[in-house]
Amino acid sequence: MSIIVSNISKSYKKVKALQNISFNVKSDEIFGLIGPDGAGKTTLFRILTTLLIANKGAASIAGFDVITDYKSIRKNVGYMPGKFSLYQDLTVQENLQFFATIFGTTLEENYDLIKDIYIQIEPFKNRRAGKLSGGMKQKLALCCALIHKPKVLFLDEPTTGVDPVSRKEFWEMLKRLQGKNITILVSTPYMDEAALCDRIALIQDGQILEIATPEAIVKKYSKAIYNLSANNMFELINSLKEYKHNHSVYPFGEFVHYTDCRPDFNPTELKVFLESKNLTNIIIERTTATIEDTFMELSK
Amino acid sequence: MENNNVIKVAGLTKMFGDFTAVNAITFDVKKGEIFGFLGANGAGKTTAMKMLIGISTPTSGKATVAGFDVNTQPEQIKKTIGYMSQKFALYDDLTVRENITFFGGIYGLSREKIKSKAAILIDELGLENVANKLVGSLPLGWKQKLSFSVSLIHDPKIVFLDEPTGGVDPITRRQFWELIYKASHQGTTVFVTTHYMDEAEYCDRVSIMVNGKIEALDTPKKLKERFKVDNMNDVFLKLARG
Repeated sequence: MSIIVSNISKSYKKVKALQNISFNVKSDEIFGLIGPDGAGKTTLFRILTTLLIANKGAASIAGFDVITDYKSIRKNVGYMPGKFSLYQDLTVQENLQFFATIFGTTLEENYDLIKDIYIQIEPFKNRRAGKLSGGMKQKLALCCALIHKPKVLFLDEPTTGVDPVSRKEFWEMLKRLQGKNITILVSTPYMDEAALCDRIALIQDGQILEIATPEAIVKKYSKAIYNLSANNMFELINSLKEYKHNHSVYPFGEFVHYTDCRPDFNPTELKVFLESKNLTNIIIERTTATIEDTFMELSK
Repeated sequence: MENNNVIKVAGLTKMFGDFTAVNAITFDVKKGEIFGFLGANGAGKTTAMKMLIGISTPTSGKATVAGFDVNTQPEQIKKTIGYMSQKFALYDDLTVRENITFFGGIYGLSREKIKSKAAILIDELGLENVANKLVGSLPLGWKQKLSFSVSLIHDPKIVFLDEPTGGVDPITRRQFWELIYKASHQGTTVFVTTHYMDEAEYCDRVSIMVNGKIEALDTPKKLKERFKVDNMNDVFLKLARG
């Protein structure tokens, strides 16, 4: 096991940021912490990277205890915080050299690890970090976090605020890092990124709702989900909420995801009800659950 | 149908020196429509939106917003539209009620009107228990819903939302979209700029900007059909990656 977390709790005054968090991450695994702002993801990252001390519980990273062996952990992990934390007034190259020196290494020593990423920012190597675009900053930050060939890489919301093209490229880079003896713990509020992890933990309000592979999490959703659409989205949602047999009604892009309380649900009956509400062009069809559906059901 | 368009844009262009940030874009937005305005970082969507909300003068081209010309009547536009952004929204060190009163005042509402609006708004959002609490102490999701409602306080014909729902949990995000559907149902046009593709799925129509130009404009359904993919993220990737 590369990361072992057992019964970690952390409070700030009245706020319980983390409550009894336990999970393990295997070597070479990409493990995703999936949850919204305020779920406790950053607090957990700070505890595991030895920047914060938990109130309760224990954790070890690459075999080192977060309290007693904190110095060893700092030498063996890479951490990319959610907020861009490189030196804005140093150039790309200066930032890399700075972090290499801090860790007693050189850009050349582990060049094979960062090569794929570095060549994308190399044309801008003399530009100050503060002047880079969002996607470029993110790539530089990843290079700096990898420069000492860490055993475990912590990425706290690396793709927040980044456009879909850069987001896709970033995940392709993570996939390439896998298999180079690096364990990756990554957090994200984007449910669609969960599918790219080997295993995920869904987290909300400081508690883990579920831990499994993305496929297994979706399979755990037991209800039949229907895609609904009609001529008027607002009236459709209101009517479905009025329908006494509804279990859940959630807007979902161009559709509404609907589940019914009854095991013998008959879509025709619902259609008749919606027609009585003067809705037209009604479509009701079965669909499959997504990680987001599971998340909402678990946090309900 | 012509008069039904509350935003009309024709050949709108903005240049910074030699660089063309917005390159002759043309489109219309209908009354009550939820219009998604998408683009990668640097595609020009913020520059385009700044022209539409009257805080940046076009280099060339025409646009009217709620009947006012962006070239000659930017002040009227600012008074007529609502605006909400994730970055700038409410004052954290004012209470919920103070924020509502402040923004009502900014838009020139009478004291009576502000009072009645505040009561309705607090009731609709279920904020009775926190009305006198500082906004900074509220969860992000509540702030976003309040911020959206405050942007509608002067009954604007159009509300501009600048990346409105990042970071909140999936249930809260859906409650936010229900507020948007409601505003749209009541006839308010909702103009959403975003690079979160899951937000794009909720829009009636979306435009996608690439390098200063609008490269696609249609309903999410038709765009997905055209590019033979099953989500807007893949539509975006196909367009932006060329």
